[in-house]
Amino acid sequence: MRIVLILLLFLGGCGEVWNDPYPAEERGRNIFYTSFINRPKHLDPVQSYTSDEADFTMQVYEPPLQYHYLKRPYELVPLTALGVPKAQEIEGGKFTVYEIRIRPGIRYQPHPGFVPENFSLSPARIDGLKSPYDLPLGTRELLADDYIYQIKRLAHPRLHSPIFGLMSEYIVGLKEYAGQLKQADRKEGWLDLRQFPLQGVEKTGPHSFRVTLRGSYPQFAYWLAMPFFAPMPWEAERFFEQPGMAQKNLTLDWWPVGTGPYMLTENNPNARMVLERNPNFRGEAYPPEGERGDAEAGLLQDAGKTMPFIDRIVFSREKESIPYWNKFLQGYYDVSGIGSDQFDQAVRVSIEGDANVTPEMEEKGIRLSTSVETSTFYVGFNWLDKVVGGDSERARKLRQAISIAFDVEEQITIFSNGRGIAAQGPIAPGIFGYREDQEGMNPVVYEWREGKPVRKSLEVARKLLAEAGYPDGRDAKTGQPLVLYFDTVARGAGDKAAFDWYRQQFEKLSIQLEIRTTDWNRFQDKIRKGDTQTFRLGWNADYPDPENFLFLLHGPQSRARTQGENAANYANPEYDALFERMKHMANSPERQRLIDRMVDIVRADAPWIWGVHPKSYSLRHSWVSNDKPNTMARNSMKYLKIDPAKRAELRAQWNRPVVGPLILIVLLLVASAIPAVVSYRKRERMAARPAA
Amino acid sequence: MLGYIVRRALYAIPILIGVNLITFLLFFVVNTPDDMARMQLGTRRVTAEAIEKWKAEQGYDKPYVWNSGTDGLGKLTDTIFYQKSLRLFAFDFGAAEDGRDIANEIRMRMWPSLALALPVLLVGLAVNITFALLMAFFRATYLDFWGVVLCVAMMSISALFYIIGGQYIASKVWHLVPISGYAGGLDAWKFLVLPVLIGVVGGIGAGGRWYRTLFLEEMARDYVRTARAKGLAESTVLFRHVLKNAMIPILTGVVVVIPLLFMGSLLTESFFGIPGLGSYTIDAIQAQDFAVVRSMVFIGSVLYILGLLLTDLSYTLVDPRIKLQ
Repeated sequence: MRIVLILLLFLGGCGEVWNDPYPAEERGRNIFYTSFINRPKHLDPVQSYTSDEADFTMQVYEPPLQYHYLKRPYELVPLTALGVPKAQEIEGGKFTVYEIRIRPGIRYQPHPGFVPENFSLSPARIDGLKSPYDLPLGTRELLADDYIYQIKRLAHPRLHSPIFGLMSEYIVGLKEYAGQLKQADRKEGWLDLRQFPLQGVEKTGPHSFRVTLRGSYPQFAYWLAMPFFAPMPWEAERFFEQPGMAQKNLTLDWWPVGTGPYMLTENNPNARMVLERNPNFRGEAYPPEGERGDAEAGLLQDAGKTMPFIDRIVFSREKESIPYWNKFLQGYYDVSGIGSDQFDQAVRVSIEGDANVTPEMEEKGIRLSTSVETSTFYVGFNWLDKVVGGDSERARKLRQAISIAFDVEEQITIFSNGRGIAAQGPIAPGIFGYREDQEGMNPVVYEWREGKPVRKSLEVARKLLAEAGYPDGRDAKTGQPLVLYFDTVARGAGDKAAFDWYRQQFEKLSIQLEIRTTDWNRFQDKIRKGDTQTFRLGWNADYPDPENFLFLLHGPQSRARTQGENAANYANPEYDALFERMKHMANSPERQRLIDRMVDIVRADAPWIWGVHPKSYSLRHSWVSNDKPNTMARNSMKYLKIDPAKRAELRAQWNRPVVGPLILIVLLLVASAIPAVVSYRKRERMAARPAA
Repeated sequence: MLGYIVRRALYAIPILIGVNLITFLLFFVVNTPDDMARMQLGTRRVTAEAIEKWKAEQGYDKPYVWNSGTDGLGKLTDTIFYQKSLRLFAFDFGAAEDGRDIANEIRMRMWPSLALALPVLLVGLAVNITFALLMAFFRATYLDFWGVVLCVAMMSISALFYIIGGQYIASKVWHLVPISGYAGGLDAWKFLVLPVLIGVVGGIGAGGRWYRTLFLEEMARDYVRTARAKGLAESTVLFRHVLKNAMIPILTGVVVVIPLLFMGSLLTESFFGIPGLGSYTIDAIQAQDFAVVRSMVFIGSVLYILGLLLTDLSYTLVDPRIKLQ
C-alpha cells in the first residue's frame, strides 16, 4: 500500500498528465514529435539512399536544388543554387555541361571540424566524448569546393555510393578517378581528396563549379536535388577520421554536417534522434504560390515568412504499431500514417469513394491528407520464360488474358482498404507522360463505360486464353492443365489470404497457380537469375521523370542479363529505340508522343499486370499546419508549423489520469488478504494442528 | 575451489567454439555474403562490382571454413569463420556491418535491459515466493485451491496479452504511465513501472506453482515435523526452515539467469520501446548483421556458462555439505 502511495506521489509530481513520454521541461515548447521504425544505416549523404534515412539527412544537408513544396507536377527549384542549371551541349552533343552557381554567404551549422585544434585530439579526450558537440564549435561559409569534394566522394574507395556505377557512366573521369583513389588509399586515416583533381568537375569561382557529363543526361538535374550532391566540407571528414573516433561511433556516417535548417544533435538510433534548429541557417522564405486549392487549404498562410518554423524535431523509435497509434491518439505524436489495423478506426470511405476521418477522429480535430505516391507495384511475367515470356502471339494473349482476369480494383479494396489506384501503365500519376481519364486508359484490359474505365469481362479473357492455345485453361495440344508459378516473399501467416486471392484470380481462367514463397534474399536471387515465371515487385521513383519508370522495361537493363532494373527481362526493339530517344529529351509534346507510343507497346505486350499506384494516407493533429504530402521532397520539416499551446491544452484534456480504479484494485487486494490474515492468526493460536 | 573454477573455464572453450560454429553454420545456411552485401548496400542500382568490393572490405570474400587455395595453417585461418570468430575470445567484437562499434552499443544497451530485467527478477522472486509460501501455508484449503487455479489461469495467458492489455488499461484508459518509450537515469522509472509490473504479474502463474511444489515437498520432510513437534509457530517453520532448505532448487533457477539479465527481453523491449540488448539482437537478425548476431550469441553463451558456474558456487554458500572439487 505504501509503495502504491509513494508511486502515486511520484506520478503526481509529473504534473497534470502522467503518461507524457517526454521530459517535463519540453512541455509547451515549439517541438515537433514524430517517430521512426527502422534505425538508419547511413547518414553519410554519399551512401544514404532510403527514404527513412532521408527524413534525417534532408533536413541537414542541402544539395543545390530541391522540389517545390506545393506545386504539382513536381518542379525543381533552387535551394543553395542561384538558379536551376541549364544543360549546355558542347562538341556537338558529345558532352553536356552543367554550371552551378551557389548563393554566397551560406554558413555551415556549428561543428567541431571547423576548429583546427580539434584535428589533433588526444585518445583520452576522444574516449570521453559522447557527442561531437561536446567540443569547441566553429563554422565557415559554404563554397563550391564543398560540392566538388562531395562529388569526388562518390568514388571514395572506402565508401559505397549506390549511384557510383550510374554516375561513372556520365561524369567525365569519375571511373578513372576511383581507380586513382584506390591506388592512393592507405586504408586508414584521412584520404584528402583535394589532392586529386577530378576531370569532369571544375571550380569556376569560389561559389560556382561546372560538371561535365558524357553525352546528354537531362535527368542529372534531378540528382542535384538528392543528398548525393550535397556539399561536404573536407574539415568534417578530416575531423572524424582521427583514430578512436569510429570506436565511439563518432563518424560522418552518424553525425551529418550541413547547411540546412536543422542539425542532428542527438543520435541514438535505438531510441531517439533529435534535430535542432541550425543557428547559422540563413533562413528561407515559405513559397508564395502553390497549386490550385492550396490557398483554400490554408497552405499559403505563411507565404513569404522565414522558415523553419519549428525549433526542434524529436524522432522516437517505435517498432510496434499499437503503442505508436495510441501515442498519436494521446497527442504525443503530431502526425501519423495509418496501418491496416487502424484503418477502420481512423477513416471512413463514402459510397462515392471519398475518404474522410471517422467522427471519433473528427472530434479530436484530426485531419486526413491523401496523395498518390510516385510508385508502382506490379506482377511481372518473366520474358525469358517459355510459357508466359517472349514476343510470341501465344504468350502475349496469355498475358493479356491474365491481366484482364486479375482484378486489381478488388485487390486494392480487400488488401489496401482502397488506398491505391489501378495502374494503366508503368508511369505513376504526377509524372510527365501520365495521362488521365479515357486518354490514359489501358485498352487491352479496360473499356470506357459511363465515364470511367471498366475492366473487360472474363469472356474476353477466356477468348484470349483460347486463342493463346489454352481453351478452358488446358493446353490444346497436350490436354494438360496450365500450371503457372508465382514467386513472392512470405512475410507471415497474414499472407495466406493474399495468396488464396491470387490463386482465385488465375482460377477464373481455370489456370492453376502454384505459389512459391521464399525469403527476400532467395527471391532476389531468383529474379537476378531469371529463375521465375511470375512474381510481385514494386518501384519507388527516384525522381519525377518518366524515364525513371520506363527504364524498368528497357531491354538492355534486363536483370537476368545485365543486373539492371528490368526485373521482367522484357525486350522489345521498338520500345528500346524509343526509350533511347525519349530519355535525352526535355518534356515537350514530342516527348509525350514518344511516351504514348512506348506505353501502347507495353500495354499490348503486357510484360506486367499493371498493378497499383498506392495512395498514402496520413493524419495530423489540429495543431499542425502547412502539412502537404510530397513524395519527392524529403526536406519538408522546415515548412511545418505547430501551435504548442493548443497541443499542451489538448494533451492535458485527453490524458487526465484516472486514479479511481487503481485505488479500487489496491483496496480489493487488501480486502482479499483479510481472510488469509484471519485464517493465519487462527491457525497460529491453535493448540494442535488437525490431521492433514 | 580455484581449481574447480579454472577447470570449468577451460571446459567453456570447446563449448564456445562449438556454439560459434553452429551459429556460423546456421547463419550462412540462410544468408550468403552476397545477401549481406545487398542488405547493407540496398537493392537499387547496386552493381556486382560494389558487392564484390563490400565483401572484400568486410572479409567475406574468403571461403567459409576451409581455404584449399592456401598452404599450411592458412587453410584454416584464412577463412571467414576463423577471421570473424577468433577475436571474439578476446572480447573484441569489432564493428557491426553498418559501421557502429558493437562493444560501444552493448555498453549503451545493457543498462536499459538490466533496468527492466533486474526489478522483474527481484520483485518477481519476492512476489512468487510469498505467494507460494501462502499457498503452502494454506495447503488443502480453499485459499490454496483458488491460488492454484489462479496460477494455472495466469500461466495459460500469453505474454503478449499481458503486454497489450497492460498498455491498454494502464496507459490508454487510465493514463497513468507512458505507453512506451525510455529515458536515461532516474527518469527511466516512469517507463519501467508498467513493463516491470507486467513482467511480475505475467510470471506469478508459473513461478507461484513451481515454488509451491518445492515448499510442499520440503514440508513433507521429517525435520519439519520435528520443528512443529518442538512447538514452533508455522510461520517460523516456513520462513526459517522450509524456505532455507528450499533454497537450492530456487538458486538453481535464479542464479543461472542473473548473468542473462543483460541480454534483455525481446518482446517486452520491443513493445515498450526500451533500447536494450534484446531488441538489438532482433534488429541484427532482421538486418542480417552477422557481426552483431555472432557477438550476441557469444556473449549469451559466456553468460550462460558463467551463470551455471555461479549456481554451482552458490550451492556451497547455502548448503555447507556441498564441496566443490
